[in-house]
Amino acid sequence: MKALRKFIDRIKPQFEKGGRFEKLHSTFDAFETFLFVPDKVTTSGSHIRDAMDMKRTMSVVVAAMIPALLFGMWNVGFQHFRSLGEMEGFWNLFLYGFVKVFPIVVVSYVVGLGIEFIFAQIRGHEVNEGYLVTGMLIPLIVPPDIPLWMVALSVVFAVIIGKEVFGGTGMNILNVALTARAFLFFAYPQDMSGDKVWIAEKADAFSGATPLGHLLVGNTEAIPSFSDMFYGLIPGSVGETSTLAILLGAVLLLFTGVANWRVMLSVFAGGWLMGLLFNLLAVNEYMAIPAHYHLVMGGFAFGAVFMATDPVTAAQTQKGKYMYGLLIGIIAVLIRVLNPAYPEGMMLAILFMNVFSPLIDHYVVHANINRRLKRLKMNTGVSKVN
Amino acid sequence: MSVEKQPKEALFAPKNMKLIFNPLNKENPITVQVLGICSALAVTVKLEPAVVMSISVLAVLAFANVIISLLRNTIAPRIRIIVQLVVIASLVILVDQILKAFAYEVSKQLSVFVGLIITNCILMGRLEAFAMGNKPWPSLLDGIGNALGYAWILIVVAFFRELFGSGTIWGFPVLEYTGLYHIGYKNNGLMILPPMALIIVGIIIWIQRYRNRELIENK
Repeated sequence: MKALRKFIDRIKPQFEKGGRFEKLHSTFDAFETFLFVPDKVTTSGSHIRDAMDMKRTMSVVVAAMIPALLFGMWNVGFQHFRSLGEMEGFWNLFLYGFVKVFPIVVVSYVVGLGIEFIFAQIRGHEVNEGYLVTGMLIPLIVPPDIPLWMVALSVVFAVIIGKEVFGGTGMNILNVALTARAFLFFAYPQDMSGDKVWIAEKADAFSGATPLGHLLVGNTEAIPSFSDMFYGLIPGSVGETSTLAILLGAVLLLFTGVANWRVMLSVFAGGWLMGLLFNLLAVNEYMAIPAHYHLVMGGFAFGAVFMATDPVTAAQTQKGKYMYGLLIGIIAVLIRVLNPAYPEGMMLAILFMNVFSPLIDHYVVHANINRRLKRLKMNTGVSKVN
Repeated sequence: MSVEKQPKEALFAPKNMKLIFNPLNKENPITVQVLGICSALAVTVKLEPAVVMSISVLAVLAFANVIISLLRNTIAPRIRIIVQLVVIASLVILVDQILKAFAYEVSKQLSVFVGLIITNCILMGRLEAFAMGNKPWPSLLDGIGNALGYAWILIVVAFFRELFGSGTIWGFPVLEYTGLYHIGYKNNGLMILPPMALIIVGIIIWIQRYRNRELIENK
């Protein structure tokens, strides 16, 4: 570590103003601050000083995704060999999944960070670290067999149109990873939905539908048991299948305070309540499935833990967060059950509420202002004059 | 026209030429005035309807501008919108009939959008803002300029949407000859959906504002 620090200090002047590689300053800065906590501190005014800068926050989120990623890799192998009717040892399953998933992770990071660096150079910014999380989220929400060029294209689209257009990290309206997924979903529907894509190189005779796919066509008997879906032994996008692994990540996020528990809790509550409401109506079999099934199927848990809690795109006020979360849960289940075009509603629900979160905040803030005005009037007796 | 041929102002004076060239870039009806967005989304899935649509708008806008400009001193201000609409509607019906007679297939593709030229904001916008207060010759140039400004955006958007959405240019399967499909390339379904037209227009606006900083709106 010390040698590295020394090396960085030695080459640093060349990247400062007037140095030989002045133009590459933002690139250098990105690598330096990624490796070491920057020694610059604020000197004036009142600031909260905290060891958790943005890069450290991002690292925690990436760490929280590791259980889902590792389980996802194993599950890709497991689903593949199960569809062939063979069983292999643990490491063979994991290795197969690793070979499938790792290239997606690499492509996602290389393309995404490449664009980030280019934009940082053009604009003379520091490189934004926001992509560290997005780059890990994208491989987790695509099917294991997705062609790599599609991943690259969706990353280009999401980072430029979803983020850089609005001014980079922290300025985006929509969740960047979900923008990438929405792009793939609408651009290449054959590769993003149906029952062929969720198991890598599956045997033709084997049904590869996800539980949600089965439910959509009214095949209620075919859905796996609750425990299978909770542990994640089902076909699906790489990181979304295991609710258990996702919850492990959620514990880390909540323990470090990186993600907001209000959002997470209210998304689950919203989905569950909507499930209960459908149970009461229960005019078809889909509506009658137990409400808690909704929480472990498809991308619900993954979206609730890693996507809805994105601090940039979520509502910012406390009350707004409850409202935002509840509506995500409700809309996700609503789309699943009632809309025959989309088997999964989580992506659309979160993107939809991303757009609405500033509006929610606006009304929460104004309700507060009005309440305080009223109190002021009552205390000073202005209301009598009016 | 005879009024315009007075010696004090040449027909192609720089002032008049500006009427044609400004709408192409810094006064573009779509990217700067933000008029006529609706049809830019609707007819740009393929290149052919986009070009036909552009020509139709060019014809209607040029003639409407001249006619309104000729009538401008006789139109009572209170009923001017109705008069403008009558002029536009008559011209649109003419264009529609001509298309049906000579380019039936394309007119089928354009369906209601030819009729909807009547409600195209560019037309009312130019008639109100320019033809009502200017002589016929500048009005003609203004009409042609704005229609061309509209047209090139439409054609650029349609070019990209057709190329990436259907793999063709003017119905000609270009991408098939390149052999891209054999190595796993697929057409992009999002390109065919209307939102992508908006995004491409957005990208054009982005590039334009980047090259010409005075166009950036202040808050």
